[in-house]
Amino acid sequence: MTLFIGILFGFLIICAIGASFSKNLLNSILIFMSYSLVMSIIWILLQSPDLAITEAAVGAGVTTVLFVVTLKKIQAIIKEDEGREEKEDE
Amino acid sequence: MSRKLTQEQYERTFSYRFLRWLDGARDPYLGQVEMKPQKPFSEDGQTIAQRQEDRARMRERVYDLENNILVRVFRRFYRVFSLLFCVFLVVMLLAAVSWLPTFGQADNPANNEVAARYIEDGLEETGAVNIVTGMILDYRAFDTLGESHVLFIATCTVLILLRADRKDDREQLWSNDRVYEPKNDIILQTVAKILVPPILIFGIYVILAGHLGPGGGFSGGAVIGAGLILYLNAFGFAKTERFFTQKTYRRMSFAALACYSLAKSYSFYTGANHIESVIPLGTPGAILSSGLILILNICVGIVVAGTMYTFYVMFRKGGY
Repeated sequence: MTLFIGILFGFLIICAIGASFSKNLLNSILIFMSYSLVMSIIWILLQSPDLAITEAAVGAGVTTVLFVVTLKKIQAIIKEDEGREEKEDE
Repeated sequence: MSRKLTQEQYERTFSYRFLRWLDGARDPYLGQVEMKPQKPFSEDGQTIAQRQEDRARMRERVYDLENNILVRVFRRFYRVFSLLFCVFLVVMLLAAVSWLPTFGQADNPANNEVAARYIEDGLEETGAVNIVTGMILDYRAFDTLGESHVLFIATCTVLILLRADRKDDREQLWSNDRVYEPKNDIILQTVAKILVPPILIFGIYVILAGHLGPGGGFSGGAVIGAGLILYLNAFGFAKTERFFTQKTYRRMSFAALACYSLAKSYSFYTGANHIESVIPLGTPGAILSSGLILILNICVGIVVAGTMYTFYVMFRKGGY
């Protein structure tokens, strides 16, 4: 069990660092979502299922959706073929 | 019945002037304050060119890194100082953490008589099996009242910031709504058809069983909100607006907040000493037990679910 918690905490730290250092904003959001998922498992292991449900619904669900919608609004999600064209131009 | 006033009589009444002042139709300075007539602002082309040239020359001189020593020194100083500040902050925070008492020790300051009272007498006094819910919705229901109002104010702020007020703005946003998404995606629709009912039922269960097990108004409301967002994504606004529009949201959150405020705002008048509840607590463990907690849970759940859904709709197209 300690090993399992250790693995989870390691994954949590990796996710936190990855989310802040990732160059692609969409990748950042997805890493942040997995951070929330791991965090909700850790909440269960720390015996607070109330928080686990909230973290899973708000952190992994709604916040991610809001982030993705915002990215779409500011047109930061480039379609694959459009991105390729830009690279070819360079 | 009062008799009808003529237009002239009406214009002399207080309410007419007040309403005009409220609408901003009357400028209180016009005709009241002495004002100097102002000349319209104008500039000929030469002055504009002169100003732009001055500005360009200034920019060149300031950002001429090879000759301007001050800028170079400032930039280096800025980098070093920001690094030093980060290190200082990290060391400070780590030092503060090392001074905290060890987690889970029996003689921690958090384990005082308040916690003991909650744990020992909580079931008897609130009737909730889940002590956490008993705490936040009975002993500290007043705090939770503030929290649900904070949520409502957050929604109002999002509405103010993101709502498309002008008609052409709104039409443009709505026509651009699903440019990058597949319309009527069969996989998404099938998954949503299977998943949305269990998600909504789970959310309702979490709300209703908040005093019996883990969960409560906030988490259940968030689950329901997420389910509604999934449904909206799969089937579009035409389907959701059959049952959830801005009017629905306004009425729902108003009713829920008013219900909560009526039930718990007496703390404003009584202070920390709560009034003895007249509602029987019922048998602990039954779904109709623990007094007002079930009703308050439902109120919070309604507010949170509506808030989540409204956030998403506002972010996506700025209005229902």
